[in-house]
Amino acid sequence: MTALPLASRVQLRRLAVSSTLYLAVALAALIGVFTALEPEAFGSAYNVRTVLTGASILLVMAVGATFVIATAGIDLSVGAVLVFSGVVAVKVMDAFGGSGWGAVGAGFVTALAAGCGWGLLNGLLVTRARVPALIATLGTMGMALGLAQVITGGNDLGGVPGELVTTVGQGRLFGTVPWLVVAAVAVTAVAAFALAKTRFGRYTLTIGSNHEAARRSGVRVDRHVLKVYALAGLLAGFAGFLSLARFASTTIAGHGTDNLQAITAVVLGGTSLFGGVATVIGTVIGVFIPAVLQNGFVILGVKPFWQQVAIGAVLVAAVYLDQLRRRARQQH
Amino acid sequence: MIRCLYKGVQVPAEPSGGRTPVLRASGIVKSFGHVEALREAAFEVYPGEITALIGDNGAGKSTLVKVLSGVMQPDGGTIEVDGSPVQFGSPQDAAGHGIGTVYQDLALAPDLSPAANFFIGRELLRPGLLGRLGWLDAGAMNRRTAEELQRLGVELKDLNAPVASLSGGQRQSVAICRAVAWAERVVFMDEPTAALGVVQTERVMRLITRVREQGVAVVLISHNMPQVIELADRVQVLRLGSRVATYERGQADEHLLVAAMTGAVNQEVR
Ligand SMILES: Nc1ncnc2c1ncn2[C@@H]1O[C@H](COP(=O)(O)OP(=O)(O)O)[C@@H](O)[C@H]1O
Ligand SMILES: [Mg+2]
Repeated sequence: MTALPLASRVQLRRLAVSSTLYLAVALAALIGVFTALEPEAFGSAYNVRTVLTGASILLVMAVGATFVIATAGIDLSVGAVLVFSGVVAVKVMDAFGGSGWGAVGAGFVTALAAGCGWGLLNGLLVTRARVPALIATLGTMGMALGLAQVITGGNDLGGVPGELVTTVGQGRLFGTVPWLVVAAVAVTAVAAFALAKTRFGRYTLTIGSNHEAARRSGVRVDRHVLKVYALAGLLAGFAGFLSLARFASTTIAGHGTDNLQAITAVVLGGTSLFGGVATVIGTVIGVFIPAVLQNGFVILGVKPFWQQVAIGAVLVAAVYLDQLRRRARQQH
Repeated sequence: MIRCLYKGVQVPAEPSGGRTPVLRASGIVKSFGHVEALREAAFEVYPGEITALIGDNGAGKSTLVKVLSGVMQPDGGTIEVDGSPVQFGSPQDAAGHGIGTVYQDLALAPDLSPAANFFIGRELLRPGLLGRLGWLDAGAMNRRTAEELQRLGVELKDLNAPVASLSGGQRQSVAICRAVAWAERVVFMDEPTAALGVVQTERVMRLITRVREQGVAVVLISHNMPQVIELADRVQVLRLGSRVATYERGQADEHLLVAAMTGAVNQEVR
């Protein structure tokens, strides 16, 4: 977390801002092209719901990653924490009889607590033990996923209360907006406000921009960074609960690339890996570009292998953009 | 005891005329492993004055500033504010006594606006419940920042642009105004013009005199001897971690200052 020369910071910021704008345009263009090619299939209410629902769980994690990366940190553990939180939530709901709103409530609290716990561990490793975030969260990723497999013997757990699946998982607000989307929008709105308008967000950006400036001005940097990792863990736990509701299963094998998808979304959205520059709205765009691309390919009948290639290319594009920023920095 | 190895220059008499220093340090010791950065260093700041702190590279100037502004804790020695002993456990302790610092490494957050930088760690919140939830009062912070910049005659086009987009002189001005905004007694400035061009340096020097006119004492660290002679009401020379000489305005020319910095003159032989 060394401070960059100031002049390059300007370029970096310009690049970040313009990349967000470009990507908003790119997203609009993607939507325009797919709508023009397949107006009925792509533009249908059903399809829009599918895309939004599919992206909502990742969006919740990416919002958490936005805060972490804004501090110039990184969190690789989110997908594993999602799985672990889902597993222990199912276990607890089982203990509460496996059905009924009491069980659902207990599962909800468990998932949040488990996620927050892993986030706190990440934060403690980074701030107290001074383990680099990349390694600390790589370690907790392995631990969380490993423990989830130890608990389940490696087989997915069903037994998610029907109340949860039929309401949160499949139900819709006013019969139109899926509850999963409502949950993701609520999280995103609160987070966008928190990052841009509150002291919590201001501390996050200040620490990412120059943690020494924050420290000398009396900001308790370690404590704040701890909170940010705890928040990312909490949101991963929440995402784990939403995932149970959606799939009625723990989907242990389904989240191996969640961390990279979340980071891709954040970086695509113009947030700087060096910290100090971040927006939640950028992250929203960054989540939907791959999601729309994937959905459009399915509708156009492009082979699933090509979807992977395209998503991979988008990932590379994100890293390339970041490399440009890095180069801008080194030229000074 | 006064010793003068530098020939042909008058050595000054006892300084200060019995006034109480706003800030006084004596016997300050600070080591980094085997390096003794400060060896019983003494230092005084008088109210309403610009005090220059000069010395060769590695003399201990930055370390002394860090000790006197609460960034580092000394291994020994005493610090007094207006005659009463104090201890600074953190920069906030020093700030509580009206002492602020413009650090050599700026310590601004380059991605944030000047207003955001002014209020790092002191953010103003909206009144009522929203404020308790942490909602920033951006309008009030912008107004207060604009007032403070205006009071010291600093003009910025855009208070919302990131600090990184400002010129070097403007950034330094923001750093100085920020320190002055929170310090009514003393502001330390560690080489405030070292990285600036001629025009920007002029501007920052004028800003420094305006700070003094506001009644805030300034401690100026600088390698620019003409600048020191022009601005300083008092010059204190640090060498190998100890103060070796003190001059009042008009008592020393460039040669004498350099002589003191290199050890050819020593007023304070132990
Ligand atoms: N954090 C530190 N760790 C180790 N040595 C230091 C540290 N800070 C300063 N020093 C040493 O203390 C001495 C005084 O340094 P400094 O106060 O920066 O001098 P100046 O500002 O007068 O150039 C130098 O020898 C320097 O190498
Ligand atoms: Mg120095």
